[in-house]
Amino acid sequence: MSTAAHADHGSHGDHHHKETFISKYVFSMDHKMIARQFLITGIIMGCIGVFLSVLFRLQLAWPETQFGILKMFLGSFAADGVLSPEYYMALVTIHGTIMVFYVLTAGLSGTFSNLLIPLQCGSRDMASPFMNMLSYWFFFLSSVVLLSSFFVSTGPASAGWTVYPPLSALPKAVPGSGLGMTLWLTAIALFIVSALLGGINYISTVLNMRTKGMSMNRLPLTIWAFLLTAILGLLSFPVLLGAALLLIFDRSFGTSFYLSDIWLPGEGAYANVGGSPILYQHLFWFLGHPEVYIIIMPALGITSEVIATNARKPIFGYTAMIISLIGIAVLSFLVWGHHMFITGMNPFLGTMFMFITLIIAVPSAVKTFNYLATLWRGNLKFTPGMMFAIGLVSFFVSGGLTGLFLANAALDIAMHDTYFVVAHFHLVMGSSAIFGMFAGIYHWYPRMFGRRLNESLGHLHFWLTFVSAYLVFFPMHFMGLAGVPRRYYMFTVIPEFEIWADVNVMITIAAIVGSVAQIIFLWNFFSNIFRGEKSEQNPWKSNTLEWTAPLEGIHGNWPGAIPTVYRGAYEYSRPDREEDYYPQHIPGDDDGVYHPESEQKATIRKETVEVSKDKEIVYFTALRSIFGLNKG
Amino acid sequence: MSTHTTVTNTTPTWAGGRSPFNVSYGKLMMWIFLLSDAFTFSSLLVGYGAIRFSYSGHPVTPWPDPALVFNHFPGFHGVHLPLLFVSLMTLILIISSVTMVLAVEAGHRKDNKSVLKYMLITIIFGSMFLGCQAWEWSQFIGEGARLNENLFGFTTEAAAKAGNLKLFDHVHWDMAADRTPGPVPFASLFFIVTGFHGFHVFSGIVILVVVYINALFGTYERRGHYEMIEKVGLYWHFVDLVWVFVFTFYYLI
Repeated sequence: MSTAAHADHGSHGDHHHKETFISKYVFSMDHKMIARQFLITGIIMGCIGVFLSVLFRLQLAWPETQFGILKMFLGSFAADGVLSPEYYMALVTIHGTIMVFYVLTAGLSGTFSNLLIPLQCGSRDMASPFMNMLSYWFFFLSSVVLLSSFFVSTGPASAGWTVYPPLSALPKAVPGSGLGMTLWLTAIALFIVSALLGGINYISTVLNMRTKGMSMNRLPLTIWAFLLTAILGLLSFPVLLGAALLLIFDRSFGTSFYLSDIWLPGEGAYANVGGSPILYQHLFWFLGHPEVYIIIMPALGITSEVIATNARKPIFGYTAMIISLIGIAVLSFLVWGHHMFITGMNPFLGTMFMFITLIIAVPSAVKTFNYLATLWRGNLKFTPGMMFAIGLVSFFVSGGLTGLFLANAALDIAMHDTYFVVAHFHLVMGSSAIFGMFAGIYHWYPRMFGRRLNESLGHLHFWLTFVSAYLVFFPMHFMGLAGVPRRYYMFTVIPEFEIWADVNVMITIAAIVGSVAQIIFLWNFFSNIFRGEKSEQNPWKSNTLEWTAPLEGIHGNWPGAIPTVYRGAYEYSRPDREEDYYPQHIPGDDDGVYHPESEQKATIRKETVEVSKDKEIVYFTALRSIFGLNKG
Repeated sequence: MSTHTTVTNTTPTWAGGRSPFNVSYGKLMMWIFLLSDAFTFSSLLVGYGAIRFSYSGHPVTPWPDPALVFNHFPGFHGVHLPLLFVSLMTLILIISSVTMVLAVEAGHRKDNKSVLKYMLITIIFGSMFLGCQAWEWSQFIGEGARLNENLFGFTTEAAAKAGNLKLFDHVHWDMAADRTPGPVPFASLFFIVTGFHGFHVFSGIVILVVVYINALFGTYERRGHYEMIEKVGLYWHFVDLVWVFVFTFYYLI
């Protein structure tokens, strides 16, 4: 059967479909076009999400000040130019939803899984191009439904991006709990369908359709990351679907899965009883925690690839990188309770969740140290993609360290729902993943559009974004430790928090600077689609297969036969090669399997060590030979 | 499927250029989808478990005994036949699984006539299951179950009477005298869990009908293999398997 399946796909490249505008640009079934569609939709959603954050930051920095811009964009929700408290909650909710699901899940994983899985695995297209197209259009529809809630008279959903009941389950709880919440749930249901269609495709393509010689231990780390991300999504999104189904019934059909013992002012006890709002939290966070890894893992995979290519070195600890990804993926399903330490859970259960959560620090640290070891003494090429990849490592460290604080149940009881949490996740999964996404965009832009981005603008964009992201999120740690709660509309009414007024102003200014800096990126991105300098075939001298396919992006990816793979993806700077890279598809002197005991290479390695007489190199080489993780 | 695997594949399993499991991508996709669907059902069943156990030992509204609620059988009005009807439903669904296996096996033999025969039987048994479910729902609703209402609590006297019931005893509960409001989620969870399963059975029948029509027009004969029957079969067996869990957790325990 497998041979038959391959024969089916093999014929893709040979015949040409007659392509109309609609079939090429709109309902395209080509994975490269779908990747572009995901990316551009993601960028538009990202702009909206960032813009919303600027609007509510204005309120936090200068409460009760009138802003023309608020009146202009929000109309009756900001009468007199002052944001209303209900609408502040709506903005926070939609900002979170857009950034988590629409930008960093679909925009990041959707874009790069679609682009890179067939190209780096060496297949003509996704396993099912039709389902791939459906995946995008469900995502598009979902975006439209979510955004349409801005035009509802009661405003969009306002229960936070986690939409906890009873705020989300009682249609009359707050204005946004009405139609806005219904639209939110509809949008998420469509989003889940899109994620499942995409995920099924990604997994079966990676497993079934790798080209000859592309064994699992030669796969680029991007593909490993996308594969595990898809598995996480596939196993966690259905649970959100179940949770959303019960919530929809609670809202619209009078059941009470999440409702119990509620007192409504003016109406008395709410008739529906018997459920538990904690049940929703359990179901939600069973998705919610893997979701943060769905966000960060593709970014980590992209970083591995970008760092290794631009350091001109094999990635340090290829196998360890895979094992740590698998470790993160497995552990992510066992730690959801650490979002719920203050729900009154059994302290023993809390301890277990704390313990497992802390263990995640181990694979995360393995990844960080491997990045640093790859960078160390590399022949670094500071392309914008590389800058963003290094930026990811920086955010991953600074945000990850506070994860250790928050994982601790005793500390979390004090810090829960403060700005400390906001600072933590905006650094470790927000900024980090966004930087991974930018790294990917800068690195694979020539692959996507056949043209190059302006490097100077890229560097400017990087530094402005990097500095402003730290200026926005770092001070929030101190606010959180001082007890400033998140999701509050106005801090000036609480005397204890007045000392933070200036910090709030500083954060808002940094946020505005960071947002405006994205215009540089937008200009760079959109203008160079048409006007950019044509890229050469392999601009970064990379090993992976995507650079062997014509950059025009023909149907079926490769004009002739699909290249065969002879070695791993990270054979940079091999001492026995003249060029400092060794693409996967070039037949070599070896059978493509690395033999550490091979004498020839061992001699070369010894010579290198002796010539340099450098203690660090000896140490480094010793590490490599002990762990044997570093192929090439 | 089996007809293709006779070609010996010398490539190592995971070395690329072939499917590591010797399956087509379509079948792999069906397996992966079923895995994710299993998680959807799990979330509902876990939710059911969590709510049900929050009622264990509840002094006022203990969880109703399913054997006292689902004790009806068409044509035996007022006779205490606990879980007999739902057992029949389970049997019907399992028989449909058997005929589905036979259809898949006939597909391996490329015997279009047998494929059609067994698929038709599967469709009929699947529809019978749905019909039974409809009857059970209407019976349940007729006794006063609603999404937000449940009258399956018993007064103390009625509970004592219920405890002594034997098979084939005639029983009649007076709505006003014997019944008290029971745990609301009992009814709503029943509708959600069996409804979601019923929706899967329904979509399974729709897919079966589509595939049946394709087989009728000889699509798979021309294609040279009957893999589509296998994929539908996987889905159908999965739906049956889920029912076994629903049956166990909702009715038996």
